[in-house]
Amino acid sequence: MTHRLFLARELGIALALALLVAVTFAANPRFLSAQNVKDLLLGSTILAILAVGQAIVVITRNVDLSVGSILGLSAMATGVLFVGTPGLPVPVAVVAGVALGAVCGAVNGGLIAAARVPALVVTLGTLYVFRGLDHTWASGRQINAADMPRGFLRMGSATVLGVPVLALFAVAVLVAAGFVLRSYRSGRELYAIGSDPEAARLSGVPVGRRVFWAFVASGALAGLAGVLHAARYGTLDANAGLGQELNVVAAVVVGGVAIFGGSGSVYGAALGAVLLTTIGSALPVLGVNPFWQRAAVGALILAAIGLDRLLAVRLARRLQGARHGR
Amino acid sequence: MAADTAVARPGRPVWRSLLGSWDAAVLLALVVVIVVGSLTVDGVGNPRFYRFVVVEAIPIALIALPMTLVVVTGEIDLSVASVVGLTCAVMGQLWQLGVTSLPLLILVSLVLGCLLGGLNGLFVCVFGLPSLAVTIGTLALYRGLAYVVLGDRAVADYPVDWTRGMIAPIPGTVIPWFVLVVAVLAVLFGVLLHATPVGRALYAMGNNAQAAAYAGVAVLRTKFWLFVATGAVSALAGVFWTFRFASARADNATGLELSVVAAVLLGGVSIFGGRGGLVGVIAAVALLGTLRNALQLADVPANALTIVTGTLLIASVVGPNAVRAARGRLRRRPLAGRTPL
Repeated sequence: MTHRLFLARELGIALALALLVAVTFAANPRFLSAQNVKDLLLGSTILAILAVGQAIVVITRNVDLSVGSILGLSAMATGVLFVGTPGLPVPVAVVAGVALGAVCGAVNGGLIAAARVPALVVTLGTLYVFRGLDHTWASGRQINAADMPRGFLRMGSATVLGVPVLALFAVAVLVAAGFVLRSYRSGRELYAIGSDPEAARLSGVPVGRRVFWAFVASGALAGLAGVLHAARYGTLDANAGLGQELNVVAAVVVGGVAIFGGSGSVYGAALGAVLLTTIGSALPVLGVNPFWQRAAVGALILAAIGLDRLLAVRLARRLQGARHGR
Repeated sequence: MAADTAVARPGRPVWRSLLGSWDAAVLLALVVVIVVGSLTVDGVGNPRFYRFVVVEAIPIALIALPMTLVVVTGEIDLSVASVVGLTCAVMGQLWQLGVTSLPLLILVSLVLGCLLGGLNGLFVCVFGLPSLAVTIGTLALYRGLAYVVLGDRAVADYPVDWTRGMIAPIPGTVIPWFVLVVAVLAVLFGVLLHATPVGRALYAMGNNAQAAAYAGVAVLRTKFWLFVATGAVSALAGVFWTFRFASARADNATGLELSVVAAVLLGGVSIFGGRGGLVGVIAAVALLGTLRNALQLADVPANALTIVTGTLLIASVVGPNAVRAARGRLRRRPLAGRTPL
């Protein structure tokens, strides 16, 4: 039954994406030119990585609003590292960014799991704190592409067989996260926690520890997104990722992850991110006033959660009489 | 029910309930900030300072009133800042189209706010969708519509009478007259929440919507009208915003929703619903506004302020929980686990 729901939801969003691309392609074949496809993938990469992390957290019936600020902090750290140590190897910078993000995530997770306080409030607080630290760090500092090693910036624009290197990062993250959530005991337990935290606790799931690590994962992925942001744009200020948190939640919701946890997948979330990004570049091609873009995204979110509700109601009706399993 | 507000508990002296209440803690923090600020920072404490604090805090204070009620019922409305933006955009466009009647502009804005809030209510209460997701959707939708209406233009040629009149002081004082509007609304919402059966029902549905429904509370209808009220008050904040900055733009008040939510939560309202009150929220709005302006006068960079806001917010949930956990351990009674969000 979950399988059928998976098909309905992830396939649905993939179909919507395909339809959008097809219509836009029919309107202007250059929409699928090599350059434009590369731009689309590059544009989706950072949002998709953030969405994967957010999906992990949302599945446990929590939310992480601090990801935009963590992205900014990690991007700034990458820049500062390169300015401080010019010969730094690129992988070290990537690891440093991810580690910083993980530390931020551990702060979130620690507060939420240990002090048993709502994630929405804590991460709204750390949204401000991390952004403030970012501003403090950035004050009087200007980091330009010239400060970054050329190899790092090349990573931001290079392609392998037409696929941007950055997008490969996103694919690797997606496959790894998808595998853990589907096939590992700890991954399944995240769904159990999201479905009913109290029941999960009673059946022996270490709820606090799992939620803690979910936030560490989300933070680490936001850190990775920060490094990739630095590689892609080169020029950095303290506003990197500002306001990104609600876009990420939107991508996750559009991708079919229930906002109250327990269902959905990281694949859906990543597809949601790609769909939101594609809408942004497709509307101008279709001759739609670009000012309509945001409104379209809003309508899409409402449609997506409406559809989820409809599917859930139908599923419940089908299961009527039988006990609802998962 | 409202354990964190100053309600006397049987078997406990009233003064202890008062002292231990979150409202008192926030009020105390406000007094400390004012006293320390006046003593140490040049300019804090003079009438112009407060006038500035008040004018700045009005939009947040306005929206925080209905938001408190919404959060008490266990819901949330993140679309409020977009309602402000769309109201500004519509007012700007109407003005450019030649609508020059102030009452008509305000009326249209309020009706628009009701409709936008009603749409939120429709999705949440009729279709049964989670308000967090719905209002993230309408946050994008309403802001998008604001851009559709006004594009990236700014409408700024309002009569000076209107723009200056919006922040004019009450004769003989330095207090802007619009504070009276906020005060009247605060009393209305305060009485509704704390002194009527409807208010008790709001707490009841925040604690357990199903139990409230079985007890005869019209949960969905009440929540629907709360969303309508939130839309209307946000639209009023939009009217204020337009004239206070003498500028109608589609991006007006971007990000204000998180400031409002931060103030409401810092004011002691539980994000799960069922707990908190208006006194704490109004004190929290005043605290954040005073702190922001005092720190600015003290030449503390704005980013330090962001850090302070965030830390206060976290402390506002960690603090009471730690106290409760310590008390619970003293009584050797396990903590009642609540689901996290």
